[in-house]
Amino acid sequence: MIVVRRPDLSWVEQLYLPGFWEGLKVTWHHFVARLSGKTRVTLQYPEERPPIPPGYRGAPVLVKDEEGREKCVSCQLCEFICPPRAIRIAPGGIPEDSPYAKVEKAPQEFWIDMTRCIFCGYCEEVCPEEAIFLLPQHYSLNGRSREELLHDKAKLYEMGGVLPLPIRKWANK
Amino acid sequence: MALIRNPFDHDLPSADSPQVHVHLDGKWVDVPLGLNVIEVARRFGKLIPHYCYHPKLSIAGNCRMCLFEMGTPKLGPDRKPVLDGEGRPELQWVPRPQIACATTAFEGLGIRTASPLVESCQKGVMEFLLANHPLDCPICDQAGECKLQEYAFDYGKGRSQFGEEKVRKPKRVDIGPRILLDDERCILCTRCIRFAREIADDDCLGITERGGYNRLSIHPDQRFTSNYSLNTADICPVGALTTKDFRFRMRAWFLKETQSICVDCATGCNVTIGSREGFVYRLTPRVNEAVNSHWMCDQGRLGFHPIHSKHRVLEPARRVETGLFPGEWPLVLGQVAESLRKLEPSSLALLVSARLTNEELFLVQRLRESLRGESEIFTEVVPRKGQADGLLRSDDLNPNSKGARILGIGADGEKLPELRKRIEEGKVRALFCLHEDAIGAGVPEEMLERLSLLVWQGILEDKSCERAHWVLPGASFAEKSGSMVNRAGQVQRLHRAIPTPGRAKEDVWILRGLILALGGEDVGQSVPDIFSKMVATTPAFHGFTWSGLGDQGVPLPAQAG
Ligand code: SF4
Ligand code: SF4
Ligand code: SF4
Ligand code: SF4
Ligand code: FES
Repeated sequence: MIVVRRPDLSWVEQLYLPGFWEGLKVTWHHFVARLSGKTRVTLQYPEERPPIPPGYRGAPVLVKDEEGREKCVSCQLCEFICPPRAIRIAPGGIPEDSPYAKVEKAPQEFWIDMTRCIFCGYCEEVCPEEAIFLLPQHYSLNGRSREELLHDKAKLYEMGGVLPLPIRKWANK
Repeated sequence: MALIRNPFDHDLPSADSPQVHVHLDGKWVDVPLGLNVIEVARRFGKLIPHYCYHPKLSIAGNCRMCLFEMGTPKLGPDRKPVLDGEGRPELQWVPRPQIACATTAFEGLGIRTASPLVESCQKGVMEFLLANHPLDCPICDQAGECKLQEYAFDYGKGRSQFGEEKVRKPKRVDIGPRILLDDERCILCTRCIRFAREIADDDCLGITERGGYNRLSIHPDQRFTSNYSLNTADICPVGALTTKDFRFRMRAWFLKETQSICVDCATGCNVTIGSREGFVYRLTPRVNEAVNSHWMCDQGRLGFHPIHSKHRVLEPARRVETGLFPGEWPLVLGQVAESLRKLEPSSLALLVSARLTNEELFLVQRLRESLRGESEIFTEVVPRKGQADGLLRSDDLNPNSKGARILGIGADGEKLPELRKRIEEGKVRALFCLHEDAIGAGVPEEMLERLSLLVWQGILEDKSCERAHWVLPGASFAEKSGSMVNRAGQVQRLHRAIPTPGRAKEDVWILRGLILALGGEDVGQSVPDIFSKMVATTPAFHGFTWSGLGDQGVPLPAQAG
């Protein structure tokens, strides 16, 4: 337990006038800035977009590497870790004549149910292939039906695009 | 004794071996003389990690994972053991570690499974094993049940000093019709080689190349075609051998495991059904020393696929002019019961499958009782003959022929010609097929057309189903619980792993519905209830209880069956 002592106030401070003064300064500052058009409170969304801080967790999507290879190998770890069970994967093999045959495995299908996802980011954290990311640009999701919010593999790759990363595990295999 | 003869039984010392005192991690314990040290530790809840040792195969001693510290009794000048204050021999510890898999228990043996020396040995061995390992875990089917992963986590040091390039070896090598090899993952334990040589009797695997390039290979002119080849995927401690059938289908950790038995032949190998969300992904053998030991045949292992076939019958239906007309269960059962009741009992025959469980056969018996008037109702099972292979597979492909005989349903189809004759003569005008195809059983098609009533209960469409007046969709082995009697008289349990698809129902539910609709006695809804009713009326099962069957089954007394 911590005991927080009240501060001993000097007699000037006990008048509270300095406090009022400080507060009023802030109020006036904003008032003037608003009147002169220096601050804007509202955004013309969706034409105007707010800046999204880095590390913001948007919708989970699948990404490809700089060669355009799909990185996910359908290890199903994200499916396992996902707390609300939003992820569903149908694993599959890569045919032997593909240039990426040595990777051997890729998802046949991959669904993320965005009506279930809680944006926890566990899938990104658990992925051993750096294939799934919660990209900040996908902060706004909407759909006219539940089906539209069930993202399938094509949609997830379309949203994710290419994300070059320094680790090139399969290039050296 | 298992129905298959194992070349070795390191975990089962002969019953007459004398007990010896062994010093295990600071405690004196009694074990049979000659018991393998890995098994000594296992009996007292300790794990000596191991890769190449398998209780049913010869000792190879090549992985070095099982190193332990060994002690022997100190001998005095008189060549007698020096005793301590409690009258126990004093031990002296061998300075170098020994391999547990090649050491057997003797009087005064000392075992340390977790001393600092042992732990540093385990760390070193793990580091060597991982030096050239590809770390394929995300794409490796063994992940989740991989001994290399588990021991790396439990005994490894988590870091490697190996800075060089890893050796590349062939991947995705097709060595047999049902099995694939990944040489990079192989840790060269030779378990598969010894299995192929000693049990499957198909000596086609071996290690080729030298040093770090050592790899498992198949004889260039041979393929691993043995009907037992998939057991090597089970005993392979890593993901080097994988089954083509299960490869990349589902991760092991998603599979719900249900203990059941294989219904592909009369041996009744114990299996674990791996299923997820109503879909069976694989069967793996489950250890039962009275039946299959550690093994099962490939045919049985892959035999479950028809249960997810698109030819499954999913709706109870009645045949009308335009085809099958689906109905509601209570109505259908009531109407089927009504048409059965109207029959002259002697004009009805039941063609029953010996692939049904004892409980289902017992209900068939009850149904027969409630239908019979003065005369008997004809029942017979359909035999299925195959080739015994001298290992596990039996020549009888019905899993419950013994049960059918005990319950008086039929004996190996001896009366089938008579059934055909009776239909021909017009004495039998109604037929109830339970999981059997009358045409397959030798009744010609045109005779089936002549029947006034053909009721069909089963899972997959067949020729009889196409002609049946009533179709009742039943359950496959993975969808029901029950018991069966294998060829050696072991009464074993099946457990339901997945629900029945569509509107199909468990067969005991259907048969009970029919019996109730005919005004028969209620034998209970649950399989354990039915089992206890069956035990009460069947002398051969006297004294059996459902829970008493356990996971390993109980043999019938010698004279029964
Ligand atoms: S962010 Fe969390 S909830 Fe959403 S898919 Fe990933 S693991 Fe599941
Ligand atoms: S964890 Fe990564 S590699 Fe594994 S299935 Fe999910 S996205 Fe694919
Ligand atoms: S064999 Fe085991 S350790 Fe090796 S890649 Fe497969 S799961 Fe991983
Ligand atoms: S394939 Fe598996 S069982 Fe065979 S030697 Fe290699 S690791 Fe051992
Ligand atoms: S288990 Fe003993 S050396 Fe492999």
